[in-house]
Amino acid sequence: MKRKTMTRKTRRLVLIGSALAVIFLAVGLVSFALRDNLVFFYGPTELAQKIQKPGARLRVGGLVKEGSVIKDNGRQMTFIVTDMKTDVKVQYTGQVPDLFREGQGVIAEGVMDAAGNIQADTVLAKHDEKYMPRDVADSLKKQGLWKEGTEAAPAPLRKQ
Amino acid sequence: MIVEIGHYALVLALALAVFQCLVPLWGALKHDSALMSIAPSVALVQFAMVALAFGSLTIAHVTSDFSVINVIQNSHSAKPLIYKISGVWGSHEGSMLLWVLILEIFGALLALFGSSMPLLLRSTTLSVQSWISAAFLLFILLTSNPFARAVAPPIEGQDLNPILQDPGLAIHPPLLYLGYVGFSITFSFAAAALINGHINAAWARYVRPWALVAWIFLTLGIAMGSYWAYYTLGWGGFWFWDPVENASLMPWLAGTALLHSVAVMEKREALKVWTIFLAILAFSLSLLGTFLVRSGVLTSVHAFANDPSRGVFILAILVSFIGGSLALFAWRAPLLKVGGIFAPVSREGALVLNNLLLTTSCATVFVGTLYPLALEALTGEKISVGAPFFNLTFGPLFVPIFLAMPIGQMLAWKRGDLLGSAQRLTFAAAVGFAAMLGFAVIQGMPIVAPIAAGVAIYLIIGSFVEVAGRIGRVASLGMMLSRAFGLPRSAYGTAFAHAGLGLTLLGLAATGWGIEKNITLHRGDNLTLGPYEISVGTIKEQPGPNFKETVLPLTIREGGRVIANMEPSRRYFSTRQMQTTEAGITTLGFGQVYVNLAEANADGGYDARMYWKPLVTFIWLGALLMAYGGAISLSDRRLRMGLAVKSKRRSEAAVAAE
Repeated sequence: MKRKTMTRKTRRLVLIGSALAVIFLAVGLVSFALRDNLVFFYGPTELAQKIQKPGARLRVGGLVKEGSVIKDNGRQMTFIVTDMKTDVKVQYTGQVPDLFREGQGVIAEGVMDAAGNIQADTVLAKHDEKYMPRDVADSLKKQGLWKEGTEAAPAPLRKQ
Repeated sequence: MIVEIGHYALVLALALAVFQCLVPLWGALKHDSALMSIAPSVALVQFAMVALAFGSLTIAHVTSDFSVINVIQNSHSAKPLIYKISGVWGSHEGSMLLWVLILEIFGALLALFGSSMPLLLRSTTLSVQSWISAAFLLFILLTSNPFARAVAPPIEGQDLNPILQDPGLAIHPPLLYLGYVGFSITFSFAAAALINGHINAAWARYVRPWALVAWIFLTLGIAMGSYWAYYTLGWGGFWFWDPVENASLMPWLAGTALLHSVAVMEKREALKVWTIFLAILAFSLSLLGTFLVRSGVLTSVHAFANDPSRGVFILAILVSFIGGSLALFAWRAPLLKVGGIFAPVSREGALVLNNLLLTTSCATVFVGTLYPLALEALTGEKISVGAPFFNLTFGPLFVPIFLAMPIGQMLAWKRGDLLGSAQRLTFAAAVGFAAMLGFAVIQGMPIVAPIAAGVAIYLIIGSFVEVAGRIGRVASLGMMLSRAFGLPRSAYGTAFAHAGLGLTLLGLAATGWGIEKNITLHRGDNLTLGPYEISVGTIKEQPGPNFKETVLPLTIREGGRVIANMEPSRRYFSTRQMQTTEAGITTLGFGQVYVNLAEANADGGYDARMYWKPLVTFIWLGALLMAYGGAISLSDRRLRMGLAVKSKRRSEAAVAAE
């Protein structure tokens, strides 16, 4: 039998060899996936400065500009994401999250078209009225528009 | 008063924890059995103190004591009782208290049920466990005191975040914490083995039930969290590769690897050092998860409040425990003797492969979760790593796991017969392949779906081939039954748990055949969704305890016959001025119809997302089956450890199995 000739050393080699094979596979997959599947985040100003090529997938975050939300018939909508300095127009088809509101923080993920608008397929505005997507908060802090402690004040008491 | 008692009990618990950190450990080093044997009773009193603290916070919440800041911020007198109770851990402070309570529960259980263990191991383990308790008790008392009083108590509270006002909150965090924190015990065992400098198969036998318990709860906790996100968030998704989810997946992967390597160690005394390493890794990843979720590094619904001092404190705990245990590992592990040897093709070899693939896939999740954080810290660039990354890395690594699982079950210990094992799986493979073709013809694209479904069928059948083979084809049914009863429960446990993973895979595969519609609904509309017709009723308003609700009744018909009604709704919580949607979900067979309402349009219509999701419940039923398999395995261990009365049947079975 061939198996009987397998020494302790060969056994160890098999073990180390298969371990290396799996690790190489994983490293290969990770580096391949990291190359193509990263989505960068920009504020509107950053986006304008860095002039993205149309077609690049990206996230843009800021506040939904007051009065900018236009719902077309059907489910199409456009709105403007602003950091109070630069505006960027977002076109989106679909249902927006519960907390999507004018004046609130939002992140849109999608592709920039030739006109410099974002064709979004995902709009995030999550969870809580106190919640500001961290990227948006940072971006606003950079602009000096962030007021520390602007958490929603306790709502007025109400008898149920 | 009760609140002050709770606070004081927590301080006492800290004092006891510090005492237990030092005295039994000192006893262990000096081989003083009097000092060592203090550990169990101290652990029990410590548990009682934390339970008292937790109880008093619960009372404060239930009685709506608005002089306590934690109650003000997270409760409301009109909130239903179940959310008053579950709201105790619906805040940062309360959830950390729950964390510590569970830590103490595990310590107390070890103190109660560990009497068959050697005194040295038991007391050292309890002492290490106490180090963890002391660190987290200190954390709570210094940075996150749930018992702080308000200077001017308001009349009414600010209510709990409406998203958390859900039965999910009553179930998901306790289950998940039982899993996360359960790995603290295996960690303590590992550290104790390193401190004492010796380890053997008996150690593995003591550790295995604890690893199983933690794994079962973590499995259930993750599944529950996934289902909660599915029905609450209204996107119809069940897994988002969100860092917070990954934080729970990583310990699960490491814990699953641990479970398998402990089995090798128990049976064959091999892989000792590796098992110790995995025990450390599993809990380190749990700590990492706690850090990611609790520190505010990530903002999500799980991060209740951001406070930098907390983040730094948890980071310090994280660094000292992981760094300390790894240093201990590097220093002491070489002392442990290498155990049994085995051929690459053997049960041990298969379990090593399992460990290799699980830890590697865990590493890819780790990279995907922490890379954005690291990149931002180093370069300031912000990126997000989303589902495509994980699908590309995690997916391919799990394919060999799925294929190899039934084969591994079949291999003999020490040296196995790969060809023979594969041959015994011909039936499973053939059915899987036929299913693949069948699904491809009937359901069609995308191509991944039928392939994954076929693999899932192979896995489910293949999981039971080993058990079926051991029962064998003997003449009489009675003989087969007695053999079936005679098999160790762990064999069934393995089969069920593996089949559970197959079932989950089947559910995942079937998502490829789902139907999604984004549509505006008007009264009287009729539309089709997959195999069903849906008609829209009249919108109605109704009050809830602390919200107002707008409900849109829908009727589901199949071939003209009414089979179900559903009521997706939108709720408005006035205290927090927050809107939530309650998706309407109806389970038909193993699939679900899922409808989520958006805001009303100007013309009175409602935009809605509608889904038909065939076999979607298998995703979570599979997890339940995995946990069930774990539980069966656990009941086997109890017999072995001699904790329960030895059953007569088992001795008979042992004869029958000869």
